[in-house]
Amino acid sequence: MKISFSVILSTATYYLLPLMLLFSVYLLFRGHNEPGGGFVGGLMASAAFGLEMIAYGVNSARRELRVHPTTLIGTGLLVAVSSGFFALFEDQPFMTAQWWYDEKLPVIGKPGSPMMFDIGVYLLVIGIVSLILFSLADETEQIQEA
Amino acid sequence: MNNLLFMPIVIPLITAICLILLWRQRVIQRLVSLVGCVSLFLAAALLFSFVAPGNVLAIQAANWPAPFGITLVADTFSALMVLVAAFMGLSVAIYSLATLDPERESFGYHPLYHIMLMGVCGAFLTGDMFNMYVWYEVMLISSFVLLTLGGERSQLEGGVKYVTLNLLASTLFLIATGMLYGTMGTLNLADLGERMRQPETLSDLQLGLMTTLPILYLLAFGIKSALFPLFFWLPASYHTPPIHVTAIFSALLTKVGIYSLVRVFTLVFIADTDFTHTILLVIAGLTMITGVLGAVAQMEMRRLLSFHIVSQIGYLLMGLGLFSPLSLAGTVFFMVHVILAKSALFLVGGVLHRVAGTYDLKKLGGFYRSSIMLSILFFLPAFSLAGIPPLSGFWAKFALVRAGLELGQYAIVTAALAVSILTLFSMTKIWAEAFWKAQPPGKVQVDADQISRTLASGQTALPLLLPIVVIAALMVIIGVAADPVLAISQQAANQLLDPTDYINVVLHESASLANSP
Repeated sequence: MKISFSVILSTATYYLLPLMLLFSVYLLFRGHNEPGGGFVGGLMASAAFGLEMIAYGVNSARRELRVHPTTLIGTGLLVAVSSGFFALFEDQPFMTAQWWYDEKLPVIGKPGSPMMFDIGVYLLVIGIVSLILFSLADETEQIQEA
Repeated sequence: MNNLLFMPIVIPLITAICLILLWRQRVIQRLVSLVGCVSLFLAAALLFSFVAPGNVLAIQAANWPAPFGITLVADTFSALMVLVAAFMGLSVAIYSLATLDPERESFGYHPLYHIMLMGVCGAFLTGDMFNMYVWYEVMLISSFVLLTLGGERSQLEGGVKYVTLNLLASTLFLIATGMLYGTMGTLNLADLGERMRQPETLSDLQLGLMTTLPILYLLAFGIKSALFPLFFWLPASYHTPPIHVTAIFSALLTKVGIYSLVRVFTLVFIADTDFTHTILLVIAGLTMITGVLGAVAQMEMRRLLSFHIVSQIGYLLMGLGLFSPLSLAGTVFFMVHVILAKSALFLVGGVLHRVAGTYDLKKLGGFYRSSIMLSILFFLPAFSLAGIPPLSGFWAKFALVRAGLELGQYAIVTAALAVSILTLFSMTKIWAEAFWKAQPPGKVQVDADQISRTLASGQTALPLLLPIVVIAALMVIIGVAADPVLAISQQAANQLLDPTDYINVVLHESASLANSP
């Protein structure tokens, strides 16, 4: 059961959450040559989970995120670091950008290792920010219960 | 092949990532951590084997040409430092298997340890001032958490002092870097070095600022490497965390500060060496003396050894201040020696603590009677630190003192020799109190049985003693067969004093991949 403190907030969150997540993905893919990118996208996505947390409580937000934030941090870092290794196969310095398709695709842009790096950063930022938010919320709830 | 330069940074990072993904799985974490340390050591050894014949390797991250991109460079000095750091990382990781408590382990000790190693290797390999700042931050943040992990009262108290002073140093570092960029328009060390070697192209203002800026950097690196009078955070914080954390801190963190000082004061800040390097020499003398005097007054083993870290830093700086090929070779040699000796002493201290439950010299005693082996393991690094031949410390001090005599700097030579005697005195104090004197009655009972019980249970004895035995053996080997190490140090010093290769490789050869070997 979702316990809500304010009807307006919870109803708004119900509609806003998917929109914000969608927008965060848009920011992520827009990022290579225009304002946006993994960091901002990740912040936007974690803001969505933060909103969920305020409206429905921290446990609900945890359920909504599905994976533990620590796992997200690890996966994000792993994705970002491994994007650097593709250059090694081409005998170029670590992290040199590799492009897998020459033209820009609609919506997601030019696929290549920079995009992979951005996706890693995106996951990492979601993981870290939601870990911080959840820990703070846990503490507040403990204080309120006491 | 030049991508090898990235490995000392990428291997700890990947290890740390795996450890984060395996959060709370203690047994697997230990295994992964060890595998990571071993591979880091192998990569460092491989890197060193490429650099040892006198080559300089450089690579531009993501192929952005210098001086615009991030450059990694390995000359003899940096590759040697990476090798020693990786070796210490492996040794302390093995040692910590016996001393780690489950609580710290499940709160991320292992990933933080590897992140710290990454920061250290990064700082050794970077060829760019701003990038160096970034690695310092990586090191600072992870070491801060390692220091306070466990949350004991004294740890937090030490942690506050540590982090306040080091944040101040980071701020100064950043301000100085901003001013350097404003003055010279570049932060690439090789580029800076090249411009400083063509003083006719620089304006008076630039030349003036390049004599002033070193002092700001001296403050920043001076806090990091615990120079007089900025060292007081070190004895106030280093005795608070568990012993294996102190051991790795003493082995690596302050040494990175000295490494950076040596790097920038040989490559970049050479506008007025009479002025800047005399300041370094005076500070070196004062650091030695205050450090060792602080140590003489201590009766707690970890505090005593922490003051000795400060005192030994003075010797490292002395070589830089004298600024001759022999003295810089002495600094490089001393660096290798002091990293080994200092951490071995801390590790032995940890074993004493494990058996007797205290670091207080007054309460310790009787170890010589109950364990000859432990006594030898303490004796070797302690007397090597004091500079007794034929151990490694003797050659290191010999090179420094001889360089001082050749240059006629008798004041610093006198200070160095006097401090050696005081070091010997306080090492003898530990020896007399903890090993020689009889067991103080009624306090902590140590008998041979207890030691053998602690040390004979295979699970703790092997990880506790193996690293110390290896380090002590290395110290004897370096002492007896000093020639190869001296030759490498000499080569490192020559490269530091004549960085033509360094500059050429970074700026003119590694710019595009077509030229890489």
